[in-house]
Amino acid sequence: MSLPPTVANAAPGRGHLLRLAPGESVVTLDRHLALGGFSAVRKALVMGPQAVADEVRRANLRGRGGAGFPAGVKWGFLPKDSPKPRYLVINADEGEPGTFKDRYFLERDPFPMLEGMIVSAYAIGAKTAYLYVRGEFVKPIAMLERAVEQLHRGGYLGKSVLGSSFGLDIHVHPGAGAYVCGEESALLESLEGKPGRPRNKPPFPAVVGLFGCPTIINNVETMACVRLIADVGAERFVAMGLPKDGGPKIYGLSGHVKRPGLYEAPMGTPLRKLVYDFGGGTIDDRPIKGIIPGGSSTPVLGSEHLDVAMDFDSVKAAGSMLGTGAVTVFTEGTCAVRLLTRLAAFYAHESCGQCTPCRDGTGWMERVVSAIEEGRGRPGDCDLLLSIANQIMGNTICALGDAAAMPVIAFVERYRAEFEEHVARGGCPFEGGHGHGHGHGHEGGNP
Amino acid sequence: MAPAFSTEGEARLKKLLGRYPDRRAALIPVLHLASREFGFLSREVMEYVAGRLGLPEAYVLTTATFYTMLPKRPLGRFHVQVCVNVACHLRGADGIVEHLERRLGIGPGEMTEDRTFSLEGVQCLAACGTAPAMQVNDDYYEDLTLAKVDEILDALRSSAGGAA
Ligand SMILES: Cc1cc2nc3c(=O)[nH]c(=O)nc-3n(C[C@H](O)[C@H](O)[C@H](O)COP(=O)(O)O)c2cc1C
Repeated sequence: MSLPPTVANAAPGRGHLLRLAPGESVVTLDRHLALGGFSAVRKALVMGPQAVADEVRRANLRGRGGAGFPAGVKWGFLPKDSPKPRYLVINADEGEPGTFKDRYFLERDPFPMLEGMIVSAYAIGAKTAYLYVRGEFVKPIAMLERAVEQLHRGGYLGKSVLGSSFGLDIHVHPGAGAYVCGEESALLESLEGKPGRPRNKPPFPAVVGLFGCPTIINNVETMACVRLIADVGAERFVAMGLPKDGGPKIYGLSGHVKRPGLYEAPMGTPLRKLVYDFGGGTIDDRPIKGIIPGGSSTPVLGSEHLDVAMDFDSVKAAGSMLGTGAVTVFTEGTCAVRLLTRLAAFYAHESCGQCTPCRDGTGWMERVVSAIEEGRGRPGDCDLLLSIANQIMGNTICALGDAAAMPVIAFVERYRAEFEEHVARGGCPFEGGHGHGHGHGHEGGNP
Repeated sequence: MAPAFSTEGEARLKKLLGRYPDRRAALIPVLHLASREFGFLSREVMEYVAGRLGLPEAYVLTTATFYTMLPKRPLGRFHVQVCVNVACHLRGADGIVEHLERRLGIGPGEMTEDRTFSLEGVQCLAACGTAPAMQVNDDYYEDLTLAKVDEILDALRSSAGGAA
């Protein structure tokens, strides 16, 4: 009974990344071949590894996992002279709240991603690749395992990929429900069978990664882009996006829009186009109160930002981040404090507990935000939240701390009057809000 | 009775071990297998897994306790996990949770007396474009409404073969 995700293409016809329309079923290997499948692998094998890596660098592909690091540059960090094996690890943890794009490939169209993995492994010289999939995706994991077996039988994987001297094995590995394992070094720890606690860097995974060996970690959508680059070439890929931020992008729309779902469009498509043209505007045409542009950790923007282009540099210049391109819209009438309780609870739950500022700070922020929402807020709580958040920022081993702090800072700054109103009236001013508690002073005084 | 993998489980274990240069890396997939075969990861099951992988028990415990998805207590035959994160919140997740609580007569973290259902509020399931969403065992249910939740619960109940 599980429904497929809503998928729509920005342009009429098939997208370069999103090939399926809403009703269409899973792409089988036969279907993938009929659509020109494995042309990218064939072209790559003719070009040679270095030429493929050069092509990816020239394509200005910025990683689609959230940080937007140029893929070609990352690949260049691999040590040239290490005797150790190299690994390719694909991050399919898809944990950033608001994000549901990689699931499209994992659940419905796995072969472009798998093809991208073959091309990437060839380019970087890896003979083994792992696909780390979030554990909740039980059925997609089973399907991906079958897809990989099919590729082995068809000669696309194994000792000799399509009759070449290049050999590759791909293994599907399940996660177990920890957001922090989306952070690349925690992912490696988890893949090694340990708790997902991020590693100190340097050394970076490209030098000391999985099992102590040089490792490249990339996102699922990044792999689909690599396939596209090998297929159409860097120039055409760049032309599908921006000169310094090439290619098409899969944007997600969720929250109070009429048509939530996934939409493929050129990198740098304005927010307004996503929300109004693709998303059909807001439910009941209510005014926008906030837009979280790229997953829950990215600072919330407002309707004054609707003309911001959705690419890594432009969203950063606007004071937030493109992140995963997962846009969550909420309209007037939504309680910002209550919404923040969800985010604060999430980060408090997902902190791995390794670094004190994050372990204690996320729980503390959650308690203060909940207290405000429940009518137990105290004057000075807004400043307290900002102070906790600012003490987390930059003071942790991994970026989960920043990811937890940024939305708190952005919400308190943007909706400060609303937070103060909660405190002043001892409860939530919104209908349906649960603002009746009184009394008990919250635990905000000490961590 | 001491835990032991089924024939299928043994075949799966062998396959999993072949994937990694270091058998410690097989631990999480093997713990998933064990929770499937034995219902949840009791201390006894963790000891068994440690023995099968030749790993110290402490190693297995440290990993098993870190991950919320690896169950350390018995779950209902249908484990209902309902998303309470942002996108689902904006599309009515609170109402879905309340409805489930009322229909099942249990709160998050609890199990019905007949052990048919357990309920949990969970974080983002990556179904934000089809929110609100929940997961019951291996299946996702999306674009939920209260009526749809009723239908799903009724279908699950009748597949369990009892009126509860
Ligand atoms: C807390 C945290 C969670 C993350 N979760 C994910 C994730 O679910 N998927 C993902 O691809 N990247 C995630 N990342 C980013 C990865 O660390 C890494 O940058 C990315 O996988 C690299 O791939 P790319 O260069 O292709 O983008 C996360 C980062 C942090 C700090």
